[in-house]
Amino acid sequence: MSRPEWIVSLALTGCAAGSIEFAVMFSLGAPLRVFCAGIVFALLCLTVALAAWANSVIPEEEVREERSSYPGPGGARAEIAEAFGGPRDPLTRHVTLRRLLILAGGALGVALLFPLRSFGRSPFPYRARTSWRDGLRLVREDGTPVRADGVPYGSILTVFPEGHVDDSLAQALLIRPLPTTLVCYSKVCTHAGCPVALYRREAYELLCPCHQSAFAVLDGCAPVSGPAARPLPALPISVHSDGFVVATGDFNGPVGPDSWVRPV
Amino acid sequence: MIVRRLILWLDDRLAWAPFIQHALRKAFPDHWSFMLGEVAAYCYMVLLFTGIWLGFAFDPSGTQTVYHGPYAPLDGKQMSTAYASTLAISLEMRGGLLIRQMHHWAANVFLAAIVIHAMRIFFTGAFRKPREINWIIGVTLLLLAMFAGFTGYSLPDDMLSGTGLRIAVSILYSIPFVGDWLESIIIGGQWPQSQFTGRLFFVHVFLMQGLIIGAIGAHMAILWHQKHTQFKGPGRTAHNVVGSPLWPNYAFKSFALNAAVAGVLAALGTFVEINPIWQYGYYDPQHVASPAQPDWYVGWLDGALRLGPNWNVVLWGHTIPPVFWPGIMLPAIYFTIVYAWPFIERLLRRDDARHELLDAPHDVPWRTAAGVAMLSFAAVLEIAGGDDVFAYWLQIPVESLLWSLRMCLWIVPLLSGLITYWICNELRARRIERGPETVPGTSVVLVRNDRGGYDIS
Repeated sequence: MSRPEWIVSLALTGCAAGSIEFAVMFSLGAPLRVFCAGIVFALLCLTVALAAWANSVIPEEEVREERSSYPGPGGARAEIAEAFGGPRDPLTRHVTLRRLLILAGGALGVALLFPLRSFGRSPFPYRARTSWRDGLRLVREDGTPVRADGVPYGSILTVFPEGHVDDSLAQALLIRPLPTTLVCYSKVCTHAGCPVALYRREAYELLCPCHQSAFAVLDGCAPVSGPAARPLPALPISVHSDGFVVATGDFNGPVGPDSWVRPV
Repeated sequence: MIVRRLILWLDDRLAWAPFIQHALRKAFPDHWSFMLGEVAAYCYMVLLFTGIWLGFAFDPSGTQTVYHGPYAPLDGKQMSTAYASTLAISLEMRGGLLIRQMHHWAANVFLAAIVIHAMRIFFTGAFRKPREINWIIGVTLLLLAMFAGFTGYSLPDDMLSGTGLRIAVSILYSIPFVGDWLESIIIGGQWPQSQFTGRLFFVHVFLMQGLIIGAIGAHMAILWHQKHTQFKGPGRTAHNVVGSPLWPNYAFKSFALNAAVAGVLAALGTFVEINPIWQYGYYDPQHVASPAQPDWYVGWLDGALRLGPNWNVVLWGHTIPPVFWPGIMLPAIYFTIVYAWPFIERLLRRDDARHELLDAPHDVPWRTAAGVAMLSFAAVLEIAGGDDVFAYWLQIPVESLLWSLRMCLWIVPLLSGLITYWICNELRARRIERGPETVPGTSVVLVRNDRGGYDIS
């Protein structure tokens, strides 16, 4: 055998060996990289074998083909021209019938789309309210109620209405930007709906990690940078006599990104 | 030999011997750049095989379940069945992690191969008549592949992909008039809806693959029928195709490429970790991973969302939210230009002729410049998709980077287009100069002939 043929033979043997290694190690429960190395080796050997065979063993050859001419032969085109748009074409001859056919077909096609309606609830009326109500306490994710003195200066806390920890649209941030200020805003970004989870303490800004919209906490969470266009809605809160923080109503605006039907 | 007997047996029943005879001698022009489409096709083959394995192993249900498995930090936690199933595939099924990682790597490489292949087609002018149909099918394949990839990596319902899905839904319902209805029908109500992972599974595994396989089939059938294009060269005219015969030369090279692609993807799947969903955690609408980036082929869209203007347009009491412009309008305009390019070029060049010989990129300076401009626009968007990461590395405020990138979005494509145009013209001028050459020190003039050598003029 010539040298290229030796290379092909060796590579093909390597491929077989790698495959066997893979099968054996797989069956023995070896770690992933141990048996995977076998299959990788087998495939790379196969590449070398076939490439060497194609380039060095098989004699090079050049073939030529003639290209067909476009368009197709003339007689066929004439017959097609007659079949569509010519006097013998029923769609061309009977104009009214053709128009009624288009109307009927269109109506049928549109009608067949209606079962799609069953895939989901109507967007109307838009569910503008979350589960926040006057008097509901603010609780952490684990359900424990929040005390006003439990929120240190410069920190934020994710809160939910008591009893509705599963309402993701109600998620809110309780923030103490200044020692004497306690505010609560929706955590759902008004840009694309990500939770606005980052707080820049020195700048008094909430920052959304998805597209870097920044909201000025001391200015009603108005958007000051990035692509968000609407402030985060505020949750009116007050501190109860026993020290727990309660909501005094729902958010003062729609939660999350806007859409055509969501109230302006 | 078995193959011979099989083909002849089938010929007795299908009368296909003439077709096979013609096929064996089909000419395949030899240029390395003609193999890029095949790289994409072989990536897709790996995707199909690994995907079928995963399809059997994966449980797409959104029903909540409590995890009890080898990954300790999540033990006892409540999560969707889809996420728990992905954990089981990765950490409990033997070979599961290899196949999952190979599948994810293959998707990323598939998209890269498609883009580079499309660039080759564009810069050599292979999309011209009669190949406009295949250009349209090809761009459609690019979009289908992007969508298939996105739906695929969203199936595990992990924190990172779940966040991306939430953003995609926000973009969806930003469409005027129909956006909310689309959300209702596709998701089943307002986000989040637990039945959505099941629907996503159907879309990714059946709908998308059916469309992609059909499109690839049409793409290759048309290529076979029209025959491949070729570069200008000795013996090559607009009326012939010159190259290696399908059997045995081209077939062996192609199988070698197949093994190479599979081997590289297996190596990546084995040695390079990708999408470690156990580290991200299960999706939960009140938590988010930071930094958050989509897979590379969606990065340009996320970048567009970050750079997008904060316009809130109100029409007749209805809102068009800010995500509509970068999320819907920008891709719509961009891909309309891409789709329509063969027709744009025909209009601008008043060129209705059939082209079978390829251009070198510098042969048509304005086309190459336009292509470079479009690509650099996408590249700026891609970089913008990671602006929080870059701002951290460069230690500058992300707002500064934001404004710099917004400016780059217009300046970089313009500049790169102009520079490319100038370079192409320079290359063309130099080639024309190399026409008849005088041998230095003599009065002998040499002229290049079409066999690649010189004749004395």
